[in-house]
Amino acid sequence: MQWAIVLLLAIVAPLLPGWTVFLLSVALAKALVVLGIGLLMRGGLVSFGHGMYYAAGAYGVAFAMKLMGIREALVLAVLGLVAGGLLASVLGMLLARYRGLFFAMLNLALSMMVYGALLKFYWVTGGTDGMAVRQATFGGFVPPAGLLRVAYFYLSLGVVAIVVSMAHRLVRSPMGYLLRALRDNEVRVNYMGGWVEQTIYRVYVLSGGLAGLGGSLVVLNVGHAVPDFAYWSQSGEFVFVALFGGYGHVLGPLSGSILFEFVRSYAYKVSPYTWQLLLGAMLALVILFLPEGLWSLVERRMARRDRWGWSWRPSS
Amino acid sequence: MGVVLETVELTKYFGVVKAADGISVRVEEGELVGIIGPNGSGKTTFLNLITGYVRPARGSIWYRGKDITGLSPRVVTRMGIARSFQIPQLYGGLTVLENMLVALAIRAGRSGEFWRPLQEDARLEEAMQTLSEFGLEGAAAQGVSSLAEGERKLLDVALSFALKPRLLLLDEPTSGVSVKDKFEVMDRLVRVLKSSGVTTVFVEHDLDVVMRYAERVLVFQEGRVIADGPPGIVLSDAEVKSAIVGTG
Ligand SMILES: Nc1ncnc2c1ncn2[C@@H]1O[C@H](COP(=O)(O)OP(=O)(O)OP(=O)(O)O)[C@@H](O)[C@H]1O
Ligand SMILES: [Mg+2]
Repeated sequence: MQWAIVLLLAIVAPLLPGWTVFLLSVALAKALVVLGIGLLMRGGLVSFGHGMYYAAGAYGVAFAMKLMGIREALVLAVLGLVAGGLLASVLGMLLARYRGLFFAMLNLALSMMVYGALLKFYWVTGGTDGMAVRQATFGGFVPPAGLLRVAYFYLSLGVVAIVVSMAHRLVRSPMGYLLRALRDNEVRVNYMGGWVEQTIYRVYVLSGGLAGLGGSLVVLNVGHAVPDFAYWSQSGEFVFVALFGGYGHVLGPLSGSILFEFVRSYAYKVSPYTWQLLLGAMLALVILFLPEGLWSLVERRMARRDRWGWSWRPSS
Repeated sequence: MGVVLETVELTKYFGVVKAADGISVRVEEGELVGIIGPNGSGKTTFLNLITGYVRPARGSIWYRGKDITGLSPRVVTRMGIARSFQIPQLYGGLTVLENMLVALAIRAGRSGEFWRPLQEDARLEEAMQTLSEFGLEGAAAQGVSSLAEGERKLLDVALSFALKPRLLLLDEPTSGVSVKDKFEVMDRLVRVLKSSGVTTVFVEHDLDVVMRYAERVLVFQEGRVIADGPPGIVLSDAEVKSAIVGTG
């Protein structure tokens, strides 16, 4: 299934207008962040601060270019992953102990500190101007101007394909189930000898890494890292999309992210002052009528055909 | 026959309530011990103390020669003490089978594994095997929230049994089971426990059940053990009877 979608996107992309390809690339990259947030949500944890890892990836790329002269796209993407993961591995030591509102708000608080730091240390980070990111190279080559967008798109698509299939394995693995189990009943996990904090910590670092990866891919596409990447409204948007697309399935974040980017940019064009109204209404409808997200529509169809293969929701 | 569990002067007050008031008990390998006592006499607290959910104010807990006082439930469970709960503690969003598979994966130390599926053949087989020992194989694909209370109770016991503990603590394993099924469920349970040889302590409200299945009974009252011995002797004691019937 995910491969069919990847193939479809890969084939149609070069035929689409440039701005559509750009929008798709950004949506795919952001889907990685949403996927990470969705994994946490499976454990019952909502983070309103993942913008900081997203920013860590973006600024990681900017610094790697500026200070180390690294321009290879794939290397930069990996550096973004590492930057997000590293920051999460430090903050996760504190956060893995918290649940519910405390977890959500602590993430928010920490992300505001990151945002503040990006503004404050302007002689390093460029302050509100941010940092420019130059064109990346692919295997040492700079793609010709007309193909750059498509090259970035294929990079994002490739990364997303790999990450989605790995996430798909993860959610069906013991660790994926433990995440759901601890959301349901932490006491029981302890009484089975399972380690709740450790599991949360690992997933948290993973989600931070994915956010960093997403940030690095976005910044390559847009060519500019700004503090807004870490701003709370950006973090909120990721949570929004996770709910919108649905985090019960690994393809939920992907479809949600693509739809979100397109609706936003179309609605903005048609009606610059009411696009939030439209998006809000759409999310409200999804929450009311499809509480497990847009993707659950597709899943319901699939469930009839293939009971065990695809759905990871309980069969009840 | 070694001593599996020994508590020394375990004490815990909740405000003025004496939930544990100097409990000294010794359980030998392979024993099947029943605990009886009126509501609020400290039976559940005793299990909570042993498993590290509640810390004693005074006293110590020894498991197979090791001092386990103050260890966390996770560590205590890893050492080989499993328990079931008065109110079943299950994973409400998972099926019966998935609940069991999670228990088996954790027991095997595989809960950090993220690459292979939870539903591996060998694990599935053991899960179904264990479920059928408890008569739950028919409900395997059911979500646990749709189970009857008696079945939830049984699954809770089955999950702790699946951890292959050396000491099993059961908190009122038949409390949600209807009166007419009670003995059938206990028959099955005791058969499974006996064939595995696991040392078991079970809390039970029902005098008849304790009489019939326990090899030894501890009578709790206001956080103290007021009698300890074979059920036939202990439960015919007039003072014990009035303690249980009077307040319970
Ligand atoms: N965490 C707690 N905080 C405050 N009081 C508690 C706590 N746990 C138990 N108690 C009190 O300690 C006393 C003993 O409770 P416990 O649950 O051990 O009794 P029990 O013998 O299991 O009763 P039952 O037969 O109703 O299950 C009760 O008065 C109870 O209200
Ligand atoms: Mg009790």
